[in-house]
Amino acid sequence: MRGVVSLFTGALFGMGLLLSGMTDTRKVQGWLDLLGDWDPTLAFVLGGAILPMAMAWRIAAKRKAALLGGAFPDRPDAKITPQLAIGSGLFGVGWGLSGLCPGPAMASLSFGGWQGGIFFAAMVAAMIAQPRVTARFQSVR
Amino acid sequence: MPIEWVWGLIGGLMIGSAAALFLLLNGRIMGASGLIGGVVDGSQSGSTRTHSLLFLAGLIGAPLLYNITFTAPPTYLTSNIVVLIVAGLCVGFGTRLANGCTSGHGVCGISRLSIRGIGATLIYLGAGFATVALARHILGLI
Repeated sequence: MRGVVSLFTGALFGMGLLLSGMTDTRKVQGWLDLLGDWDPTLAFVLGGAILPMAMAWRIAAKRKAALLGGAFPDRPDAKITPQLAIGSGLFGVGWGLSGLCPGPAMASLSFGGWQGGIFFAAMVAAMIAQPRVTARFQSVR
Repeated sequence: MPIEWVWGLIGGLMIGSAAALFLLLNGRIMGASGLIGGVVDGSQSGSTRTHSLLFLAGLIGAPLLYNITFTAPPTYLTSNIVVLIVAGLCVGFGTRLANGCTSGHGVCGISRLSIRGIGATLIYLGAGFATVALARHILGLI
């Protein structure tokens, strides 16, 4: 049953990304384009997504474990670390340049053409390299 | 209200419902970069990995089936290979270093009023605004 939930929620997430316009890089870059013809669509996407999730967190706070078993994830430290700041900055640069973030990059893999394939391959390569690159940088410092 | 905004809201509600169900039923955070990164860098194992793989199969599979049946709208992604590679590297490295992206920090973090989620979202939005301003209006790259 937990497996069915994982598959179904993945499918629901993918269809939500597709129907909301998050796989349309023009809409995403339009949202980020404050100096041009600004497109507010993403505010509706984010607002619509936060609503059910805020209710879910309230329900989770009253329960000890997930409905199909397993503990809820711990609340992370409230600290904004250099890793969080630098990583989010880099992510924003890549998001602005392409109009794609990780979810829509994967959701559009079957119809995004060779361009989507190249973006996804570069993203995955960097995800694999990141722990090693960060460890090396920290050991040098 | 333009139809794009309505679809944005409907799609957004679907994204948030998926995140809510993944949390309440399976006890997992729906963060795309964590799910993809955890699978490809080998840091996940056992049932955690199995459920990430099932989630990702749904994430690729549902739009694939939609595209076969109705034809999905184009992504309008750039054909500039250098931009594609640089952007992909930044997104992959940045989201793993920050431990989250639009879905994890944005949707799951903000809805929990997490300081890290709100902070990360403000930073990547700011960087995104600056990048489009520079790359589109000053450099004419995109």
